[in-house]
Amino acid sequence: MTNEEIKEYISSLAPAATYDETGEWLNILVEPTALKPLMAALRTGKMQMNYLFCLTCVDFKTHLTMVYHLSATTHRQSIVIKANLNRDIPVIETVCDIWRTAEFLEREVFEMFGVNFTNHPDLRKLILEDDFKGFPLRKDFEDPINMIKL
Amino acid sequence: MYNQTEILKDTSELGADGELVINMGPQHPATHGVLHLVVTLNGETIKKIEPHLGYIHRSIEKMCESLTYRQFIYVTSRMDYLSSHINNLGCALLVEKGMAIEVPDRAKYIRVILSELTRIASHELWLGAMAMDLGAFTPFFYAFREREMITDIMEDTCGARLTMNYIVPGGLMYDLHPDFQKKVKAFITQFKSKVTEYEDLVTNNIIFQSRTKGVGILSAEDAISYGCTGPVARASGVSCDIRKIYPYEVYDKVEFDEVIETAGDSFARYIVRVKEMNQSIRIIEQLIDNIPEGDFVGKTKNVLKLPKGEFYSRVETARGEFGVYVVSEGGTTPHRIKFRSPGFSNLSVLNHIAAGSKIGDLMASMGTLDLVIPDIDR
Repeated sequence: MTNEEIKEYISSLAPAATYDETGEWLNILVEPTALKPLMAALRTGKMQMNYLFCLTCVDFKTHLTMVYHLSATTHRQSIVIKANLNRDIPVIETVCDIWRTAEFLEREVFEMFGVNFTNHPDLRKLILEDDFKGFPLRKDFEDPINMIKL
Repeated sequence: MYNQTEILKDTSELGADGELVINMGPQHPATHGVLHLVVTLNGETIKKIEPHLGYIHRSIEKMCESLTYRQFIYVTSRMDYLSSHINNLGCALLVEKGMAIEVPDRAKYIRVILSELTRIASHELWLGAMAMDLGAFTPFFYAFREREMITDIMEDTCGARLTMNYIVPGGLMYDLHPDFQKKVKAFITQFKSKVTEYEDLVTNNIIFQSRTKGVGILSAEDAISYGCTGPVARASGVSCDIRKIYPYEVYDKVEFDEVIETAGDSFARYIVRVKEMNQSIRIIEQLIDNIPEGDFVGKTKNVLKLPKGEFYSRVETARGEFGVYVVSEGGTTPHRIKFRSPGFSNLSVLNHIAAGSKIGDLMASMGTLDLVIPDIDR
């Protein structure tokens, strides 16, 4: 599928989506509430995006951005789905019932950025200690004892 | 990670329906690193495995945010220390892609030869350790005999045996030493005459076969859904070799086969790795006599600045797909960097393949995932 065809297809699923073609792959920015139905349609619909190869979050100081890199093992086309979250109350629905790999990746984002994934089966800290305070990968995180900035 | 008090609480008594929770690790001879598995047992049957990570978490992603594009490459050697050269390559490729730096052919050839030597060394270590986990001690010494030759070549070439740090954006740090080709050829001769010994000792060993065949079965669909890559996914029949799908450096010029098995059990994962070593030898043989003369590093600016935007590069390490995702704001350091480590996804499948089997089979299932813990914790 060409980028134009993908845009047309995604616009029919999520009309509010905006596109950015400057990078290597087509970037699609959607509303957090529209993310889950779109993801489910991408997995089961005609695009067959069965491989989520990277899930992460970026702190842009004004907002958080969830980034999902999707690909398909059949036609090898990759797209990037993004959703901007409110930095004070970051909430988004989980995708771990669509791709099983998201379960651990979302737990990592939860502890590092403080994003809450609704309907996640087991949302606990994965790497950090249970009583760790703060979200280390946010830009305003300061830890005077364990220095991680050089 | 788990708080200590909770561990004690969990192990102190049997659960309501006779379930027993035991802690495997963080210090356990078969986890090869500080991995902590909380295993729920019913009799000898595994009900659930819960990995607890973070014992060697060094916040590498946060550290990289304050390192320049020349410096951050060397931190990645400390992640998957058995494929450190390939990790370095993935990061260098990202910087070269972002800044459109030309890499001389000589550097490309040398990078690929060393990547394949790294892959063989990693698989050799895995082979020895895996056989030892299952109770066979001799293959460990056989595998290390050949691996030692590779680490010697690495020491002569890069100055280090494990964390190579030989790659810089644009090429290599310094040129090859004069004996390089001779030593690599001596290694190929040695390896080819000895690889049959592994077949006799391990592959055809009836005890090894009965302990791994049909154990830890992973279907192709689940492998993709869990994000498994590398030999783990290829043993389940998923074609996922980055060297074939998105060729980088000179992989599109050499002939080699992507090794795929369809059984999906521990034995298939073993077979994939042994066959991959032979394919790596095949790649090195095609390149070793044809290293072009010329510069070993391209021209770069002193201060590297990636343009504003997002970049992603991926390479095939010994464990699978290693991806680097960088968000740049146009400065000398990345705004955000994310390492997609193959071990992290491969570990997440452990509960799925081992639940329902016997505790004795856990070693075979986990051993063939080839987990390197610093790669998972980052």
